[in-house]
Amino acid sequence: MKKTIITVVGKDAVGIIATLCTYLADNQINVEDISQTIVQGYFNMMMIVDANSSSKSFGEMVRELEHIGDEIGVKIRCQHEDIFNKMHRI
Amino acid sequence: MINIFEVNETNKMIEQEKLDVRTITMGISLLDCCDSDLDTLNQNIYDKITRVAKDLVSVGRDIEVEYGIPIVNKRISVTPIALVGGRACSSPEDFVTIAMTLDKAAKKTEVNFLGGYSALVSKGMTKTDEHLIRSIPMALSSTERVCSSVNIGSTKTGINMDAVKLMGETVKETAEATRENSSLGCAKLVVFCNAPDDNPFMAGAFHGVTEGDAVINVGVSGPGVVKRALEGVRGENFEVLCETVKKTAFKVTRAGQLVAQEASERLGIPFGIVDLSLAPTPSVGDSVAEILEEMGLESVGAPGTTAALALLNDQVKKGGVMASSFVGGLSGAFLPVSEDQGMIDAVNRGALTIEKLEAMTCVCSVGLDMIAIPGNTSAATISGIIADEAAIGMINQKTTAVRLIPVIGKDVGDTVEFGGLLGYAPVQRVNPFGCEAFINRGGRIPAPIHSFKN
Repeated sequence: MKKTIITVVGKDAVGIIATLCTYLADNQINVEDISQTIVQGYFNMMMIVDANSSSKSFGEMVRELEHIGDEIGVKIRCQHEDIFNKMHRI
Repeated sequence: MINIFEVNETNKMIEQEKLDVRTITMGISLLDCCDSDLDTLNQNIYDKITRVAKDLVSVGRDIEVEYGIPIVNKRISVTPIALVGGRACSSPEDFVTIAMTLDKAAKKTEVNFLGGYSALVSKGMTKTDEHLIRSIPMALSSTERVCSSVNIGSTKTGINMDAVKLMGETVKETAEATRENSSLGCAKLVVFCNAPDDNPFMAGAFHGVTEGDAVINVGVSGPGVVKRALEGVRGENFEVLCETVKKTAFKVTRAGQLVAQEASERLGIPFGIVDLSLAPTPSVGDSVAEILEEMGLESVGAPGTTAALALLNDQVKKGGVMASSFVGGLSGAFLPVSEDQGMIDAVNRGALTIEKLEAMTCVCSVGLDMIAIPGNTSAATISGIIADEAAIGMINQKTTAVRLIPVIGKDVGDTVEFGGLLGYAPVQRVNPFGCEAFINRGGRIPAPIHSFKN
C-alpha cells in the first residue's frame, strides 16, 4: 500500500510531535518511521505513515495538518511517497 | 527507504526553486465531430470537449494536493480546426463561430488555454486552410482562451512561401485587431516549421491527426532548480557542469512522468508523452537566461551564449530521456523573451538582439518567442523573419517557431505589458532593410537534400 510522508519544518517548541501524533492517532493513521534533527534551533522532522485506514480523504488530511502547523507555528506538509521515490530512485 | 535528506531536497526544489509541472494538456480528437451543418458541428465540438475533459482540472488539482507539487496549467489541445471545419465552413466568418465554441468549451472545463485553432499547410493550402488562416485575426480578438498555430514548412516538404506571406499579413492584422490590448492576440499565434503532433505547450499545441481519440501530455519545467544546482559547481569543468544538469533534469522529469501517469490513470485516458522543456516564467529565479549566466556568461547574448545553450539543451534531454518512458513535444529550452526576467534584462542592457536570438534557436527549441517588435514593422518583414526561422528548422530537421508581437503604437525603447504568465517585454529593434521582392515571389522553397551535410 502507498505510504504517506509528513514533513515538519519550523522553530523548535514544546509539543510539536505530541500535537501531530494526537491528530494522527485520532484519525487511525499509523506512524511507521520517524527521523528528526534540530539544526540551530530549527526543527526538521520526517514521518512515514500509513493513512490507508483513515476515514479522512487525502485532501482533508493535507488541509487539516496545514492548519495544525499554522496553529503551532511550523510548516507541515503531507505528500504521497511516490514523488520522492520517483525523483530519488531509479 | 526514502530518507529525510531526499525528502528535504525535493521540498526545497518545490518551495524555493520553483519546481513545478508546467502543464497537463489533454489532446482531444475532433475528427468525429465533422458535419456539413455549421450549428451541428459547433454543438458536436462543444459536447465532445466538455464531456472528455470534464474532470481534467479537478483531477489536476487532486494530484497537486496529494504530491505537493504545483501543476501550473491545465489545458486542452484539439485536432487542427481547418481539418474539422472543412465541410461546414465556407468563409472565414464561419470559422470564427468555431473559435467562439472552443472558447466557451474552455471556460466550461475551466482550462486556461485551448490550442488547435490551426492549419497544416507545409506544402500546399486548401481553400479551407486559407479561410481558417484569414479568420485568425477575428478569432483571436473575439475569444479569450483560444490559441492558434499554423505549420508552414517541414524538412520533408520544404517551405510554403505563399503561406509565409499570408502569415506575415495575418500576424500584422491580429496585432491591429487586438491593438487595445497591447496586440495581445499575437501572443496566442505561433507559426511553425516541423510542428510536432503532441506538443503540450501553448500557444502552439494541437492534437495531431496521427494521435488517438484522447491523450494526456505533460510539460515539465524547472529552470530554477537547474540554476540552483549549477550554483553548487561554480568554477568546475564542463564534465561536472554537464553531469549536474543531467542529474537535475532527470529528477525534474521524473516528477513530470509521475504526474502524467497519475493523470492518465485517473482520467482513463492514455498517457502520451512528457515534454522535456525548460520553460521559464516571469518570476525571479525561474529563468533560462539565469542558467546560462550561471555557466559563466556576463549576460545572455554575450559570445559563448549559443554554446552554453546547446550544452544545456542537450544535457536536459540526456537526463530527461531516461526519466520518462515516452518523450516528445518540443523538448528543448524555451526562450520566450517576455516570459523570462533574465532575457528582458539582457535586452534592456543591449546584450541581446533578435539576430542573436535567431542564432540561439539553431541549437534549441523553439524559436523566436514572445518578442515585441515595433508596431510599424511591415508584414513582409515579419514574413521574412518567419522564413528565416523556418529555414533553420527545415535544414536542421528540428521544430522552429515564430511568435512575434508587433505592438501597434509602440516603438523601440518602449515597454509593453502582457500580464500574468506572458510577462512584459521591451520592444526590440528589427533590421530596417526590406525583403518585399523576396516574399512576393510566391510558391514554395523545395525540400532540402539529406546528404552532403555541411
